[in-house]
Amino acid sequence: MNQRQALYEYLLRLGDNALILGQRLTEWIGHAPALEEELGSANVALDLIGQARGWLAYAGTVEGAGRDEDTLALQRDVLDFRNALLLEQPNGHYGDTIARQYLFDAFHYPLLEALRGCADQHIAAIAAKSYKEAGYHRRRSAEWMVRLGDGTAESHAKLQRSVDTLWPYTGELFTPDEVDRTLQSLGVAADLTAVYQTWDEDVARTLKTATLQRPQAGWMQSGGKQGRHSEQLGYILAQMQFLPRAYPDARW
Amino acid sequence: MHIQPGHTGGEPTRSAEALAELEQAFQEKIDAEIKIEPKDWMPEAYRQSLVRQISQHAHSEIVGMLPEGNWLTRAPSLRRKLILLAKVQDEAGHGLYLYSAAETLGASREALIEALHAGKAKYSSIFNYPTLTWADVGAIGWLVDGAALINQIPLCRCSYGPYARAMRRICKEESFHQRQGYEIMLVLCRGTAAQKRMAQDALERWWWPSLMMFGPPDAESSHTQQSMRWKIKRHTNDALRQKFVDQSVPQADYLGLTPPDPELKWNEQIGHYDFGAIDWGEFWRVLKGDGPCNRERIEARRRAYDEGRWVREAALAFGAKQARRAHGAE
Ligand SMILES: [Fe+2]
Ligand SMILES: [Fe+2]
Repeated sequence: MNQRQALYEYLLRLGDNALILGQRLTEWIGHAPALEEELGSANVALDLIGQARGWLAYAGTVEGAGRDEDTLALQRDVLDFRNALLLEQPNGHYGDTIARQYLFDAFHYPLLEALRGCADQHIAAIAAKSYKEAGYHRRRSAEWMVRLGDGTAESHAKLQRSVDTLWPYTGELFTPDEVDRTLQSLGVAADLTAVYQTWDEDVARTLKTATLQRPQAGWMQSGGKQGRHSEQLGYILAQMQFLPRAYPDARW
Repeated sequence: MHIQPGHTGGEPTRSAEALAELEQAFQEKIDAEIKIEPKDWMPEAYRQSLVRQISQHAHSEIVGMLPEGNWLTRAPSLRRKLILLAKVQDEAGHGLYLYSAAETLGASREALIEALHAGKAKYSSIFNYPTLTWADVGAIGWLVDGAALINQIPLCRCSYGPYARAMRRICKEESFHQRQGYEIMLVLCRGTAAQKRMAQDALERWWWPSLMMFGPPDAESSHTQQSMRWKIKRHTNDALRQKFVDQSVPQADYLGLTPPDPELKWNEQIGHYDFGAIDWGEFWRVLKGDGPCNRERIEARRRAYDEGRWVREAALAFGAKQARRAHGAE
């Protein structure tokens, strides 16, 4: 794998994570538990999809095949998506959505924080703009973790189950592969061990405050980063990509 | 103890006189264009009329998120997705301001929402029509936000202060929505034949319901006169409707689209467009619950509210725990 291929892959991971989670969040709009949460979910989705545009536009430039952000977002099939499995998991109930969001935000924030110092100027610039948003997302989702975990007996039980169910999807976020290693040696990719340390401390603190149990270490699912997804992603893409695929010669 | 006029043998004459004086002073303030504020005295009928209108408006914002929200997951580009998301988010914000304005009149958000879900409160019937293609997102912005804007600009001068101030913020955003909707239509109309067909079809479906958004003809409108005297309302339904037609026909022309009304034509003598008869049977039918999506819209709102109950309860319970902890720590 040469440097350019690795960079392209890495950018797709960053962009697809943001895009797929943002897409999932838009499914909530009009159906959230309270008006304030309509506004809050929309804010997070706006930030994430905005970030995805930046990453994917740059991915298109690096690839050099004339694909722009929309072509990459709306004309690639599942095998070519590089988001982590966590982000394509269904919204479920609000506790599932909050747990998915928090487990990701606690990873996303230190990742972007590290990428601000990236040797690639473009990545550093996008990260510098995005990490503040990610910090706000992490604060919001952590607050909801605590509210639901330490709320009622019902909300506590529901959220504990959400955390248990989603936990096996957290491993791949921190498992480096050839893409990570190639770029890390060039000062481009973030050091996932350091990101994991921050995540681990944050998660331990939040779970404790939320009176939740940390799930037992067990088998971790993986594959999203390399393009081996769950059944969920196909349905997400079928909706998200419908118009450009049905009207390939149209501009919108 | 509160003495209800007319309900006691006490001093009915004096309290009726006092009431008449208060009402006169109230009307004088209105006539002098002085805003009524939450703590001011107001006739009960004025308060009720405002609660009805503001809550209907708030419900319309919230139910109105659904037809366009229907296209959020399928927007044709990331830019369009962001614009639509920001728009639908604005509508949620409008709902929030308006429920807050209603709260200043003593009506709680929960009670109003429950009335909506019980089918006791109305919302704009336009949102009982389906969004079938992407062009509907454009047509809604252009026509529905456009009609809402014409209805709402006069409300920025409404006699009730909190409502007038909420409307000023809202109108700024609605005019932005209208331009964005028109821009979607423009791109479709300059696009492929399939896109232009979508745009024409959307106009055909949204045109008449948009004209109905101004309410029944003046002769049949039950609240118009009193509302005008109280300066809750400033123009009649028919006047506003005419303004909308006059504004929209040239816009349709520029798009190269044809509104579905063979009687539409410029009347040189009166300086307005003549237009065909509105099917008021359809208007009343949809208002009474038999529009294409009435059941789905309320069902979707009710489901969101019911399924979100445990979340709201948890937030309240946590808030109460925090308050107890802070108290215990003192
Ligand atoms: Fe609105
Ligand atoms: Fe609007």
